[in-house]
Amino acid sequence: MTPKKAATSQSPKIGKAQIALLERLSNAVGVSGAEGEVRKIVMAEIKDLADDIKVDALGNVLAIKHARTEPALKVMLAAHMDEVGFMLVEGEDGLYEFETVGGIDARQLPGKPVLVGKDHLPGVIGAKPIHHTTADERRNVIPVDVLRIDVGNENGKKIHPGDRATFATRFQQIGPSLVGKALDNRLGVTTLIELLRHAPAHIELQAAFTVQEEVGLRGARVAAYALNPQLAIALDSTPAGDLPSWDGEESPRYNTKLDGGPAIYVADKGTLSDPRLIQHLLRTAETYGIPCQMRQPGGGGTDAGAIHKARAGVPVVSVSIPGRYAHTAALIARLDDWQHTLALIFHALQDLTPAILDTDRS
Amino acid sequence: MAELKEFLKKILSLPGLSAYEEPVREVIAEVWQPLVDEISVSRIGSLHGLKRGEGPDPRRRILLSAHMDGIGMMVTGIEDGLLRFTEIGGIDARILPGTLVTVHGRRELPAYIVQPPAWLLPDDQASGRTVDMKYLFVDTGLRAAEVADLVRIGDLISFAQSPIDLTSDWVAGHSLDNRASVAAVTACLQELQRIRHSWDVWAVASVQEEEVLGGAYTSPFEIRPDLAVAIDVTFARGPGSPAGYNTFPLGKGATIGWGPNIHPALYESFKTLADKLDMPWHDDLMPRMSGTDAMAIQVVAEGIPCMVLGIPLRYMHTAVEVVSMKDITRTGHLLAQFIAELNVDTMKNLRWDDES
Amino acid sequence: MKSLIKKLVEAVGPSGYEGAVRDLVKAEVAKLADDVRVDALGNLIVRKGKQRSDGLRIMLSAHLDEIGLIVTHVDENGFVRFTSIGGVYPRTLFGGRVQFLNGAAGVIGGEKVDSADKVHALDKLFIDVGAANKADCPVKVGDLAIFERPMIDLGKRLVAKSMDDRVAVAVLIETLRKLENSPHEIYFVFSTQEEVGTRGATTAAYGIDPDLGLAVDVTATGDTPKGTRMAVKLGGGPAVKVRDAGMLSDPRVVRWMSDTAETAKIPYQLEVLEGGTTDARPIQLTRAGVPVGCLSIPCRYIHSPSEMVDYSDVQNSVRLLVALLSNPIHLK
Repeated sequence: MTPKKAATSQSPKIGKAQIALLERLSNAVGVSGAEGEVRKIVMAEIKDLADDIKVDALGNVLAIKHARTEPALKVMLAAHMDEVGFMLVEGEDGLYEFETVGGIDARQLPGKPVLVGKDHLPGVIGAKPIHHTTADERRNVIPVDVLRIDVGNENGKKIHPGDRATFATRFQQIGPSLVGKALDNRLGVTTLIELLRHAPAHIELQAAFTVQEEVGLRGARVAAYALNPQLAIALDSTPAGDLPSWDGEESPRYNTKLDGGPAIYVADKGTLSDPRLIQHLLRTAETYGIPCQMRQPGGGGTDAGAIHKARAGVPVVSVSIPGRYAHTAALIARLDDWQHTLALIFHALQDLTPAILDTDRS
Repeated sequence: MAELKEFLKKILSLPGLSAYEEPVREVIAEVWQPLVDEISVSRIGSLHGLKRGEGPDPRRRILLSAHMDGIGMMVTGIEDGLLRFTEIGGIDARILPGTLVTVHGRRELPAYIVQPPAWLLPDDQASGRTVDMKYLFVDTGLRAAEVADLVRIGDLISFAQSPIDLTSDWVAGHSLDNRASVAAVTACLQELQRIRHSWDVWAVASVQEEEVLGGAYTSPFEIRPDLAVAIDVTFARGPGSPAGYNTFPLGKGATIGWGPNIHPALYESFKTLADKLDMPWHDDLMPRMSGTDAMAIQVVAEGIPCMVLGIPLRYMHTAVEVVSMKDITRTGHLLAQFIAELNVDTMKNLRWDDES
Repeated sequence: MKSLIKKLVEAVGPSGYEGAVRDLVKAEVAKLADDVRVDALGNLIVRKGKQRSDGLRIMLSAHLDEIGLIVTHVDENGFVRFTSIGGVYPRTLFGGRVQFLNGAAGVIGGEKVDSADKVHALDKLFIDVGAANKADCPVKVGDLAIFERPMIDLGKRLVAKSMDDRVAVAVLIETLRKLENSPHEIYFVFSTQEEVGTRGATTAAYGIDPDLGLAVDVTATGDTPKGTRMAVKLGGGPAVKVRDAGMLSDPRVVRWMSDTAETAKIPYQLEVLEGGTTDARPIQLTRAGVPVGCLSIPCRYIHSPSEMVDYSDVQNSVRLLVALLSNPIHLK
């Protein structure tokens, strides 16, 4: 497809600096309800990029970059800072019972290294030696309440019930791929920082780095109320389920595909995207020759689920970077998909005008 | 404390099912009236009591939320004078057969929940297993014609268990979830008569917590507090609730909440204060949500920093729940002392610990 | 009113894409309303009357949207995979006919099953639009479809898809037509996205901030052979909802509705529904709270392509609504 316009020279690029920032964010620990470490990095990065910055009652970072021209459309962009993880609930002698926070498949847990607490102390989630198991037993999932986080016998005093923990995965770039924990949604967070850096002059950009998305879109709900935008885009990461099917047949289910570009949502469990915004994104992609894909309608959700119901209603759409193995120790995404997502939203913002809201939603 | 126990037992004896809280609200209002400056009722029936602080205008506000609704049942059908029913709030059907209830028809009718014999039930309700709620009946002892006259679809059915003094400290009865917390808030208001506070205090007996958190979503929108504390019951150790991170000994102190629903700075403040008061207390770890009014309050409008205090209770959601009066008075005392410490710098000092 | 109902139930308007139905309603109410606007989620908000000193600001809500299907994948051979929009029962699907928003039509087929009495799960079904291959297929991922079925008039009873909730939309329009000289400022809200979680009513209620809210929706009946036991029956009159799975009506509103029906000698029934909810739920929780209730139209076979209502229930619903709104309201 020949783009009708070339991407402008101002179109932001994902370079070494952005990847380094993503690395710091991915390695940071920010389980839902305890996003402090991520928030600190975000605040330091955006302090010169916005006109007003505040941290609200739930810990959201709300940053506003005023428009330089009038009339200015108020656009909210949301990216959640929190990740799924664990909370230690009870223990002694360095062995802790724990609960999951956010949706984590219990089958992803046995035999994994973790980081515990603000000091990132090392721990492991062990499993019974195979020698002591039977084939029958191995067919069953080990329930979370049987698993323990083992922090060894020296750090016990530094660790308490209530501390959070995450997978210990270190971020890596491997060929065309980015690999790390919490790329859902540190990819979105990094993208939002870049968009704030390159905010268009004619838009009041409301960047919401939200909390507690993984436990019920809670940060986004209050952020949207406070910001009261005219329209909003949620930036997230969504599963790419594009692995081969066991029977070699074409699978009709994949949600999104790696290398397919930014995934635009029509419908997920929480939101029916505003068709005006869907069309705007598709036109933008075609105009600038940016590959993109439609996320398969179905389950899942983003901050848009809370935002569109704020006050008297907000037109929304979600755009996600595809990633395989979400909510596990390591998510794999493609650098190209990330670059195209940034370009798509950048151009979509540049080309947005208040006229988009002149027609009724379908 | 004797007076508080009498108040508690009085409100336990009144019906006040979710959305139908008026009878218990009236009694709470009578008791709160002399303790506050203004009493009002929200658009959907929550009770608001405002006790003004002494600070200069505009004063900060703290909201204390204790839900006053209790669980119960509602008539869904009438067959041969026997009543079919559904639940209001969550009820384990196993506690129902043989339970004394009151049917609130044209007049109050005493009745029993009864279990039909197995041969009158479908095969999947075979003898020996729990009979599902939809197959149980309520028998008023009256004949069909009289029942048709006195009872309609939608009429309420409440537990009729009178409160029991199990020990000198422990009270048993229904709706201790959450009238125990209403008593704790009342104790707080009583203590506030004797101590000075600069913030405005909004005591709220909220409605419909057991169903839709109705009061918890709407009262904070009207009041717009700077801080909120939800007071609810939590799980006490006992039969069916073995020792674990989310169960607590009865009578050995209230709980202070920790988790995404609670502002960590408020946790620190309450913890420090409880220790200063030499009061026994426990961490109530809630890794995801708190299951209390705070779930709603925290996300009203621009967001409100919340704390959740818990009063340990055995056999939650039965007609024989058990609490310790000592835990109730401790909670009231902790609240009053927390309020006494609120000042012009409190909000400034409510920081996230990553903020410099 | 039957021709109005027919026009409405045969229109295409799945959740999120109610435009065609909204346009129909707009045309019907244009001359009757004081103000008409469309909000950010597509709700049609029609205002009638000014609030007198003895009147209230009232919000009525009937939803425009219907359940449907949305395309998830088109395979190499042009077969279309889908998922549901709103509460779709898999057992109503096989062999059904669908119509897409873009006009394309199709039939629902399924993969082979072990025995003829098994019901296909959603992911074992597909829509056949008669395409030869993917390139030939007139629909794509994200397109929406509804269940195509014309209305049938059985005399006393009417059968159609989307009686839920177009029959209530018709009731609101007729009420608007018949209402004269009310002391109240009334917002007739034709809401969107109810079937996917009462989303439109949530924002419409915030925008209006009413003193009182009344949803008008369908409810199930307990009067079919070995059906779910429930007190409501077809032909018993409009139902005053006391409770459903998502909300408890304000008892003052229940009393007001029952007393009005009795005074006006309109037959009515009391309703407790053990599954499902309505726009009344979010209205109650709006801002500082709103006393709410729901006027329910009894309906058999809800969320099948052949929902059945009793015409006298529909007419009595209009009569009851007019009676409710014509006089000052004292909730007690």
